[in-house]
Formats: sequence, C-alpha cells, structure tokens
Amino acid sequence: MNFQIPKETYTGGVPEITFGKEKNFSFGGEFALPFYFFEGDFPNKPLIAFEIQDDIPEDYHQELSKIYSSVWDDPVRWAKFCESLGAEAISVRLTSTHPDSQDSTAYEASQKIKRILSDIALPLIILGSNHSEKDAEVLPVVSDVARGYNCIIGKAQESNYKTIVASALAGGHNLIAMSELDVNLAKQLNILITQIGFPKEKIIIDPMCSALGYGFEYTYSVMERIRIAGLIQGDSMLNCPMVADVGFYVWKTKETQATEEEVPQWGSLYERAVMWEAVTACSFLLSGAELIIMRHPKAVEVVKRFINDIFLST
Amino acid sequence: MLIIGERLSIISTKVKDAILKRDKKPIQQIAIEQWKAGAHMIEANIGPAEDDGERLMEWIVTTIQETVPLPISLDTTNPKAMEAGLKIHNNEWGKPLINSTSLDPDRFIMFELASKYNTPIIALTVGKGGLPRDAEERVEIAVQLMEKAAEYGISLEDIYLDPLVLQISTSQNQAREVLRSIKLFQQLNDPPMKTIVGLSNLSNGCPKEIRPILNRYFLALLMYEGLSAAIVNPSEVIEVIKTINVITGKILYAHSYLEI
Repeated sequence: MNFQIPKETYTGGVPEITFGKEKNFSFGGEFALPFYFFEGDFPNKPLIAFEIQDDIPEDYHQELSKIYSSVWDDPVRWAKFCESLGAEAISVRLTSTHPDSQDSTAYEASQKIKRILSDIALPLIILGSNHSEKDAEVLPVVSDVARGYNCIIGKAQESNYKTIVASALAGGHNLIAMSELDVNLAKQLNILITQIGFPKEKIIIDPMCSALGYGFEYTYSVMERIRIAGLIQGDSMLNCPMVADVGFYVWKTKETQATEEEVPQWGSLYERAVMWEAVTACSFLLSGAELIIMRHPKAVEVVKRFINDIFLST
Repeated sequence: MLIIGERLSIISTKVKDAILKRDKKPIQQIAIEQWKAGAHMIEANIGPAEDDGERLMEWIVTTIQETVPLPISLDTTNPKAMEAGLKIHNNEWGKPLINSTSLDPDRFIMFELASKYNTPIIALTVGKGGLPRDAEERVEIAVQLMEKAAEYGISLEDIYLDPLVLQISTSQNQAREVLRSIKLFQQLNDPPMKTIVGLSNLSNGCPKEIRPILNRYFLALLMYEGLSAAIVNPSEVIEVIKTINVITGKILYAHSYLEI
C-alpha cells in the first residue's frame, strides 16, 4: 500500500483581490494554508508593492537614500523609477499629511494622487499617514479623486473606519482594515466594516506589522491564527487576504541604520539592511501574507526569488 | 450545530389552517422568518397525514423551497407522504432529513427510504414497548437502531440519534437522562454518533412565559454535552447557540459576535 499524506479539509477559501485599472494584479484566492500546495489551489503568487511617499521622506537612511534620493522629490518620478526597477504595484504613503510632518491638506494629497494615477499605469495602494483623525479627513478626498481606478485604500481602523469605509465604497476601491495585533479585534473590525455595507470580499486585513527582532512573532502568530480561523474553523469574517507593511517597520530598526563604524561586528550595512527586510518579508509570507509592501529593490528581488522558487517546486 | 426550524408544524393552528386552505403565504412567511433567524434547515411536520398525505407533503416542500434556499426535514409517519417529499425535494441546498424512524417495526420502512434516497435520518431511541426509562435504556435501543441501519446499508454518519426529550412538568428526571444520553450516544462510534433533539417538548405544558427560559438553558447544557443538531424555534435560541459556540471555542469571539 502506498503512503498517503493526510490532508486537511478546508471549510473556506481566501477571496481573490484584483486591483488596478490599466494594468492590474491579483493576489489571494487560495484554498489552503500558506504554500500547502498539496492541499489546495493557489491561483496567484503573493504580490510585492514598492513603497513611495508623497514628499521627500524624513526618515530614509543611508541605504534607501542611495537609491531614491534622485527621484524622491516628485512622487510621479519616484513611481516611474520603481516601475523601471520592475515594480508590479506602487504603494504611496501620504506621509506629508501627518500633523507632525507638514500637515499638508487633503486637497494637496489628492492632487498628487491624481498626477500619479494619470502618469502611472501600475495598480496603486494609497495609505494615509497613520494618524487616525487626519486619515479620516484625507483618505475620503483621495478616494474620491481615485474613483474608478480600483485602488487599495488604507488603513481603516476602529477609531476612524466609518468615513474611510464609506468613501472606499463610493469610490469602488478595496480596503485595508488594520487592528492592533489581536485576532478578535481583527474580526470585530471586519464585522463593523461589513455592517456599513462594504463587501467582505474587498477587505484586506492588516494585523499590524512589525520587524524581525521588534515584535515580529506577535504579528506572525496573529496572522497564523487569522488564517486558521478562516480556513479551518470556517470563520468567514477572517477569510480575507492579509497585507504586511514590512518596509515601514523594518527601516526603523537599528539593524538597518547603524553604520559599520558604530557596530563593526555586524558587518556590511548594505547586506544587513537588505536581508533584514527580505527575511522579515519572507517570514510573513509563511504566516499567510499575500500582499507585501517593501522599500529596497534588492530585498524585493530576494523575496521574489524566494516566491518563485517555492512556486516552482510545485 | 445544525439548526432546524420547528415552527411549520401541523400542531400549530395557524399552520394547520394554512395547510387546509392550501394557503402558501403564512407557510412561506414562517419559513422566511426562521431562515432569517438562522435556521439551516426547515422542518415540515404534517403529522400522520392519512388523507392525501403525498400531495400534502409535495405541496408543503415546494411551498417552502420556493422562498427559502434551505433543505427540509420531512416529518410524517406516513411512508408514502415521506417518499413523495423525498422525490420532490430540491437538493440544491442540501439533502433532506427523514424525521423519523425508531425501533418500532412499523417505522423500519423509513430506513428503507433513507437507503433508497441516500438521505440522513433521525432515529428515535424508543421501542414498541413505550418510553425509555433512563439513559442506559436509550443507549441499548440506540445500539439496536445502529445495527438495523447497517442492515439497510445506511452509513452511521447519516444517523441522528434522538433521545426523545420529555416534558419537564411531568417527567422531571428525564431531562437529566437526556443530557447523559447525548454524551453516551457519541461514545458508540468513532467518529462520534450524531445527536439531535426536539427541544421545545421539554417545556410543553408549562406556562408560556417560562417556556423559552427552560428551552434556552436546556439547550446550553445539551450543546455542552456535544449535541449536533436541534429542532428549535431559531429566534428563541440563536443567542444561546452563538454564545455557547463562543464559550466552547467553536467560534472566535468578537464584540459583535451576536450580530453575525
């Protein structure tokens, strides 16, 4: 008798999200735990989006500034540059709208988004500055100018979801719903969002990201629990693709910033920083993320190779 | 847990009138209410249906399935009516359920129908000799029912053992025996045998205002013992079901868990 691998039977599947207008990409849509190719279909590979910002970034250190400083004063040029590096999607963070940054207005942000949308064909993720009240002002205006472009808008949180969800619904966008490292809160936020009438199939869960060595395992285990609740326990509220906002968290860490003079024993800053981002991203792929937002092109290349290698083995 | 809406029963005068007049509206309204309240299946209890049972069963099954996308639990002692129901049933939303057989040889024909139409069946743990006295007697009958089912080629996974809930006002000690039965029935097979109750019989004959209270608390205990299905008034017990599912970890908690 041949040995039969025992197989888990799943009660649900993760919806597939397709975003973008001229060019579009899909992620999600699988019917088994991450990379369990022997148990279910995986119609899409995980997608990596290149992060850009709406103005000159205030916190990009050495390794990132080497690459982006010649283009970062203009988000359209920056996005085009990412496109030339092989980006499949762009994630623009409206950092300048944060009250502690330039406190730029919703109108200013929307004009930048308008330009990006008219000049760039790639699918777009539009993120606020992660200031709850300001995002509730900015994102609806931005969502409106992007109407019909089928973007991903985020992040809606429990404290500000109402206006953001309503505008994403009106604009026909997909939505990132972020809760703070808790599977029950993630479920609760999705219930609240769907109660407004937003389709569950267009929600992407952000369980709140972190970086390797800085709370990484919390995000990892919450992601695992969300996937298991959705796929195995049949909790449809949690059957949503997940995003890992990796670059934002990784490039704050000491490992990506400390110079070789400061910590000679840590070796090359370039290698260390790139690998910190790549390893964090690959690990979140294993816990179930289908959409990854990253900063360094070399790290993206490593993660892409990892994804392709795993998919090749099937 | 499988929730079967109990309200379409010939015992209800409203339902009986509608059946006599072949008036679809009240039947469909009750079916929709139960579906919206969380029923996974709708019970159609037409009783013995001695006159024209076949056409009556066909009528009620079609009437319900015209408005709600759910399978039907067919409840009649008339085998011809049962077969008519099985034939007309739309299996698009799931298989029907035969309610019921027992150890009374007159009811073995229901096993035959379950086998012929490949449907699950409720097996009441009562014999010809009258009501079971305790959990042990119920288990004894359950074993004989399982053997009988095997003779008809019915898979054990298609059997729902029903310990028969009795009235608390006249047989108080039987409530505890029913709880013990639910636990013991499951041990008769691996995977565990499925179990079912007709819940509201517990409070039959009790004052109207305390009936829901008795039903709800009893259901919570039954679920704790591992009950797999219940014939209930869904709106009366849906909070209990959701809450017990949360407490026992079957459903992930969220503040709004009652709203979904």
